[in-house]
Amino acid sequence: MNNTLSLTEFRIRLAWRNRLFIFFSLVVPLAYMFFYVGVFGRGSPLAVSFMLAPVLALTVMGSFWGLSMQLVMFREQGILRRFRLAPIGAAPLLASSLLSNYILLMPTILIQLALARWFFRMQEFGNLPAALLLISAGSVTFAAFGLMIASITGSMQETAVINNAIWFIFLFLSGATIPLPMLPGWVQGVAAFLPPTYLITGLQQAMLGNAPVLQIGPELLVLAGSAAAAFYFSVQVFRWEPEAPIRPRARLLACAALIPFLLLGLYENITGHRREGAAVMYRQIQRPPEPQSR
Amino acid sequence: MFHILRSEFRVSLCYNPAVPEPIVQVSSLSKSYGPVEAIRSVSFEISEGEVFGLLGPNGAGKTSTVEILEGMRTADSGSVRVCGFDPQMAGAEFQRSIGAVLQATALPEKILVDEALEMFCGFYGRRVDTAALLARFGLTEKRKTFYGALSGGQKQRLALALALAHQPHMLFLDEPTAGLDPQARREIYTIVEELRAEKKTLLLTTHYIEEAERLCDRVAIMDHGRVIALGTPRELKARSAGTSRIEVRLSQPESEATLLKLDGVSECLRANGAYVLRSTRPPQTIVALVKYLETFGNELQSLEVASPSLEDVFIELTGRRLRD
Repeated sequence: MNNTLSLTEFRIRLAWRNRLFIFFSLVVPLAYMFFYVGVFGRGSPLAVSFMLAPVLALTVMGSFWGLSMQLVMFREQGILRRFRLAPIGAAPLLASSLLSNYILLMPTILIQLALARWFFRMQEFGNLPAALLLISAGSVTFAAFGLMIASITGSMQETAVINNAIWFIFLFLSGATIPLPMLPGWVQGVAAFLPPTYLITGLQQAMLGNAPVLQIGPELLVLAGSAAAAFYFSVQVFRWEPEAPIRPRARLLACAALIPFLLLGLYENITGHRREGAAVMYRQIQRPPEPQSR
Repeated sequence: MFHILRSEFRVSLCYNPAVPEPIVQVSSLSKSYGPVEAIRSVSFEISEGEVFGLLGPNGAGKTSTVEILEGMRTADSGSVRVCGFDPQMAGAEFQRSIGAVLQATALPEKILVDEALEMFCGFYGRRVDTAALLARFGLTEKRKTFYGALSGGQKQRLALALALAHQPHMLFLDEPTAGLDPQARREIYTIVEELRAEKKTLLLTTHYIEEAERLCDRVAIMDHGRVIALGTPRELKARSAGTSRIEVRLSQPESEATLLKLDGVSECLRANGAYVLRSTRPPQTIVALVKYLETFGNELQSLEVASPSLEDVFIELTGRRLRD
């Protein structure tokens, strides 16, 4: 535990000394928020609440990019070899990645929430504790995916290619950029298998629909289950050395971490509950504001 | 009861310096990477307090051998014991027993020198006087410098400090001076000589002849995955059939044929106004040369004698130069 905390502190210090990290983890998410909520929120408090969810989700999703690239870079530069000599082990090293990522992520999330409230005139946060719980679970899940990707890729180029492919799927097929109800039916079917969909719709339910924690239980469970699986598997197949072979088992385990989303995706495609819920919320923000009685 | 058994088990795994067995035992060690046999049945032992060198060209199998001893690679066959542990089976206790400077390694560019020392000491659960450690390795002024801003020699001194911070029983130095300029190399030599004087047990790999001769108590010469010679540098050179080189300058010229007849001389060449004699018995050759010159009224202006080096030993054994 001490090693995990010590490594976490070290990773946070390194991050704050890295200008690129500050740019991509603070400046870019805030700039994106101003663009996205500014354009699609149309000054309507309800629309701002609806549009804030994908913005927060995108900030959380960025975790897998940063962590996977950093770990692969550390491995390529021989930094992990030096850590391997010390009595640390893979689990504390990877746990420190999740913890430091979470600690570094939260200030950006809080700034985005504050901007939504005071700059975009969002009237209420809905069930904020439930939203923060989802954000926490999402942060660990996407970070754990990053660790998994780092374990099954051999070089930074390979990691970047895989990250890009995943990123674009997440970005355009899960409702992160275009609201889910606006997407064609088959895309909505695909979206039901994607992790960001559950983070986005869960956040919309909590913030717009004021949903209690129990109502977003499936989202929390599927994110947490997948995070636990991805973390466990990434510890099992972790590679300290660039020349260490990537075994086929590692890739299988990486896919296995997505099983919770596959199961929930099947269920959602059969029942159609999520699509309906998203459509109801979308119609709600489309309605013109009721005239105030004198 | 269970607690007692567990304690005994832990004690039996710990390195016990009172046990007189060698601190490193390597027996019939082999390792292949696909079709390439990197290590072929290598055996040697290292005693406590000894500086042991693995000398050989690139690709000789030195780094593979060291990395197996450090527990970073698995052997295909053979047995290895380091500080009483099998490196493959041992965990944190073994890692606490050894320190290492790896050949290809780094730290993050933006870590400060003192942060690195404190963090690594923390991993070993030790409170170390980092100021003293920094002073010892000449890094006091660099303590608030980022790792990325250090010179090659400073990085290597930091690597040594990190390897020694937890006071390991055994230290591995894999090519510690590779790629360093002569000044930085001398600094590392000085540190290793201090460690040698402190009776630290060291395994050093190198492809620099002078490094092995200067720093090591015993040397194993490796080539193509095998140990082809093992002994003290003096023993290895004495075992060699190589000849010493005697270079003399005379006040008057002499015929090469005459000098070739001197006791022990096997070859005589004239180069740049000097005579280069190759002798199997240098003392006798020098005495005979001085007598001859006195007899015929010639004078010795200068004399230089070079013993066979480990390079000569390597050439004799392999037919190649060490850096071919």
